[in-house]
Amino acid sequence: MASYSTNEFRGGLKVLLDGDPCIILENEFVKPGKGQAFNRVKLRNLMTNRQWERTFKSGESLEAADVVDLEMEYLYTDGEFWHFMKTDGSFEQFPADEKAVSDALKWLKEQDVYTVTLYNGAPLTVTPPNFVELEVVDTDPGMKGDTAQGGSKPATLSTGAVVNVPLFITIGEVLKVDTRSGEYVSRVKN
Amino acid sequence: MSDSDHWQPSASLAALKSRAQQLAWVRGFFASRNVLEVETPILGRCSVTDLNIDSVPVGPGGDEDRLWLQTSPEYPMKRLLAAGLGDVYQIARVFRSGERGARHNPEFSLLEWYRTGFDDADLMGEVADLVCGWLDCPRPVTVTYRDAFIRFAGIDPFSASDEELRAMCQPWMDAAQRSGLLRDECLDLLMSLQIEPELASLGPVFVTGYPASQAALARVTEVNGRLQAHRFELYIEGLELCNGYWELTDPAEQRARFEADNRARREAGKSEMPFDEALLSAMESGIPECAGVALGLDRLLMLKLGVDDISEVLAFPDERA
Repeated sequence: MASYSTNEFRGGLKVLLDGDPCIILENEFVKPGKGQAFNRVKLRNLMTNRQWERTFKSGESLEAADVVDLEMEYLYTDGEFWHFMKTDGSFEQFPADEKAVSDALKWLKEQDVYTVTLYNGAPLTVTPPNFVELEVVDTDPGMKGDTAQGGSKPATLSTGAVVNVPLFITIGEVLKVDTRSGEYVSRVKN
Repeated sequence: MSDSDHWQPSASLAALKSRAQQLAWVRGFFASRNVLEVETPILGRCSVTDLNIDSVPVGPGGDEDRLWLQTSPEYPMKRLLAAGLGDVYQIARVFRSGERGARHNPEFSLLEWYRTGFDDADLMGEVADLVCGWLDCPRPVTVTYRDAFIRFAGIDPFSASDEELRAMCQPWMDAAQRSGLLRDECLDLLMSLQIEPELASLGPVFVTGYPASQAALARVTEVNGRLQAHRFELYIEGLELCNGYWELTDPAEQRARFEADNRARREAGKSEMPFDEALLSAMESGIPECAGVALGLDRLLMLKLGVDDISEVLAFPDERA
């Protein structure tokens, strides 16, 4: 496996630290005029999502982590695994376990495309696109004349996600939702 | 930054004008004190042996005719001192391989000067005149390396065991990394990551009395039973600005330090550097008693303009050079 020296460290690089795949967030070079140079590195552990800070002697290196992001279509779940398929025409499929899909679970819609992060060839995390379009399957009845402003109400979407929506939204409408904040963005015109 | 912006300077036009003013101010300072401006080669047959400074090699030649971009004009300036030129200063471009960060650029501007008959305390006074005159800041206080460690890290850097120093590095490194640290590496890590940020609270501050192992080219004497280097650094707002010595003039001791440096380089897996025999010959013929200091002009300008990144004072830093 390839390795990276501290002078190659940059944001986005994936490396192995204490056996876990990590992504480098920041790399700060520190050196006294006469003395050893160090690199102060901020990383996010891709297994635990926790942020780490670690200092290295300049010139030390870390092994590269075999981590790749691929666009994949979500197919179905068998209750234990969620199955994704490459969009490159190879039809190659990858089963993701519950831990891998946990952040994306409430946004998963069959035939939509997600970013699947593979670590050593197996799904590590599944990331939804920033915006998804989903149908409202349940919400309180809409109120006439309340189209511009005012309060909000919960609405359940086809994937089970619950988002706050304006009062005028009715069952059957398709909404655009920001998956990063979980917030309603707009109605989608059919 | 998009590629199409790449041709533009990273410093503002106002910062570039301040650079020119700073150069003029520095030249005026030395002219008023009868210190002579000199120029020495940027490209030399030898470079430093310092374990932690990597020189940039130049040219296609083998080891014998390789040239090096200079990391400091120190050696040739000392030859001028030995030749009897008297007090000299130089504004030099110098190069250090791989040094890039918010406070580092591999090519930078160094102001270096030597004063005959001065010791380290005398030269600290002159550094304060120059820096405070330009920055309009309070004169620096002085704290010893030992006191800075005791005050800000709670450990005596002279008497602590290697094991105690390694344990102090625990917030930054795991056990496996720490077990590989040499004593001076522990001290450098604590100085850089724990003490330097705290020094900012003192205002401008000279750090003096470095351990003998960090003497570089300073003379070493015994003070209160401890071997200390007559070396000083000035920190302002936690930024290391200069490094000065009451200079070593003994050629035998100089040769021994070159040899020790190369031994350390070998142990660290680095290539050895050729000794600068011209410097050693000059020392044998006699270098006057003197003190010398090297001051980072880019950093001085960072302080003048109140900016945090060296790119803000350079027309074209490494990535745009």
